[in-house]
Amino acid sequence: MTSKDPGRKYDMEKDIGSESYLQTVIRRFRRHHLATVSLIVLAVIVGAAVLAPLIAPYDPNEIAGPFAGAPSKDFWLGTDQIGRDVLSRLLYATRISLLVGVMATLISTVIGVVLGLTAGYFGGLADMVIMRFTDMVMSFPYILLVLVAAAIFKPGLWNIIWILGFVDWPGIARLVRGNVLNLRETNFVKGNIVAGMPLHHILFSEILPNTVAPILVYATSVLAVSILDEAALSFLGQGVQPPEASLGNMLNGAQSLTVLTKQPWLWIPPGLLIVIVVMAINFVGDALRDALDPNSGR
Amino acid sequence: MGKYILKRILIAVPVLIGITVIDYVIMCMAGSPLEMLQGPRVSEAAVEARKIALGLDQPVYVQYFVWLGQLLRGNMGYSVKSYQSVSAMIGSHIGPTLLLMGVSLLVSLILSVPAGIYSAVHQYSKGDYAVVTVSFLGSSVPGFFLSLLLIYLFTVRLGWLPSSGMTTLGTEGGAADVAKHMVMPVIVLAFSMAGSNIRYIRSAMLEILQQDYLRTARAKGIGRFRVINKHALRNALVPIITVIGMEIPMLFGGAVIIEQIFSWPGLGLMTMSAISNRDYPVIMGVCLLSAIVVLAANLVTDILYALVDPAIQLD
Repeated sequence: MTSKDPGRKYDMEKDIGSESYLQTVIRRFRRHHLATVSLIVLAVIVGAAVLAPLIAPYDPNEIAGPFAGAPSKDFWLGTDQIGRDVLSRLLYATRISLLVGVMATLISTVIGVVLGLTAGYFGGLADMVIMRFTDMVMSFPYILLVLVAAAIFKPGLWNIIWILGFVDWPGIARLVRGNVLNLRETNFVKGNIVAGMPLHHILFSEILPNTVAPILVYATSVLAVSILDEAALSFLGQGVQPPEASLGNMLNGAQSLTVLTKQPWLWIPPGLLIVIVVMAINFVGDALRDALDPNSGR
Repeated sequence: MGKYILKRILIAVPVLIGITVIDYVIMCMAGSPLEMLQGPRVSEAAVEARKIALGLDQPVYVQYFVWLGQLLRGNMGYSVKSYQSVSAMIGSHIGPTLLLMGVSLLVSLILSVPAGIYSAVHQYSKGDYAVVTVSFLGSSVPGFFLSLLLIYLFTVRLGWLPSSGMTTLGTEGGAADVAKHMVMPVIVLAFSMAGSNIRYIRSAMLEILQQDYLRTARAKGIGRFRVINKHALRNALVPIITVIGMEIPMLFGGAVIIEQIFSWPGLGLMTMSAISNRDYPVIMGVCLLSAIVVLAANLVTDILYALVDPAIQLD
């Protein structure tokens, strides 16, 4: 399917009836070339991260070579100050950073959906309390809250995941609430209420499936932000703690002048990897927004 | 209008009180600042005396109300570490932060407003794709990594720019010196903000360009330049105000990390050292201040909406 084919518009109109929603989404998504490339890049990076124990040339936490050795045939990305292989550490770091991002996103999505559904569907006092609470969390400068929490609950992998998860949800809660408020006024939901359908059926089988698309789009941006935040926290030494490698704490060493000036192989690869991963996620999210939108009309 | 502002302020008060309660609860879970005092040379009696002097022997809710009562009398408490009053500490650090934030905000607007409008007017052109791609880069690069790259390039390799502080040590300083120290932190903050701003302004502008009044203006035969600059631009003020309102909390947060990297002597640097010293009164003061700033920014944004666009009714 080439996008420059002049006859494409006709074909599209002809088979529009026979095309399933999923096919429409895939067709629209593939028109975004950058996003398609991003998806492939992400697949490769995720694959490498998952398979890290199999493909990493050395143990990431064992001393394998010379101190601060430059990239060479044996150590493609060189070794760090205490002689660990940078490439192996990079693979394991990606694993940790993706784990933090995905888990934090899952936690905040669940919290946001539950609170948003409750506030939007039941309204009244529940709505007021939940939305005021959302305002409070949103009024904190985000990174400050995360830093204070990280300092207090001792930095570490699972604490970071929980902290990021508990901070990222307000956007999703607001989004879900807004959608639920609209859906509650639709005839199919009103019909369900009149028919006396049980509450869990209305909430989980009627309302929720109709808000999945915007939640998915929003979740991709939360994923990008969580990965950036983990990196920033670990860079400041308040996140994932060494010897466990994360993309952020691999950059931590670059605060020393020797590493920054003399050993660029220690900090440029993890930095670039963060940029590539986050950018790919953002591109995919942007294309998904377009592809999932029932009103985009293209 | 006056009634609306009053109503909004009244709604903000419980939110602020809630924020202080959440703050206090988190702090209490954290453990005592006295842990920092303990050591082989500090006697237990001294720690005990300090505890009573700081009021830490009281139950948590009593401590909270004491703090709140002091706050209402304009006293934000005293630093556990340096014994300075929190308001004085904030007062002496807020200047550099405001300077850095203001300049970054201005630079990001100068970059993103024309870029966003250009991108919308030339939708799906090569220039549009380039602008959008750069804007994605802006919101995907971690600020600290960009800072390191800039320091590597401009300080280490080229030796053009200083990488830390606000003035050169041992000199009088002066505007030119401060400006030189500001270049890199401003680039980092402005670039990351411009990333999301460009896309926001672009999509808002695209919506405006499809409005009927613009089609009418074009149909009347007014030139393309005038249509965009006279009719569309005035309506683009609303999204631009939104962008500024969204940036202020982002700036407050972003400044913490950037100030730390460039040793910029502002609130962020002060906050980081307060966090590592568990200096609760200072952390509480900063959290409260930033919450007030965020809520005030939201209110001002809504008021400006009404001023710019008479069709928006406040109630």
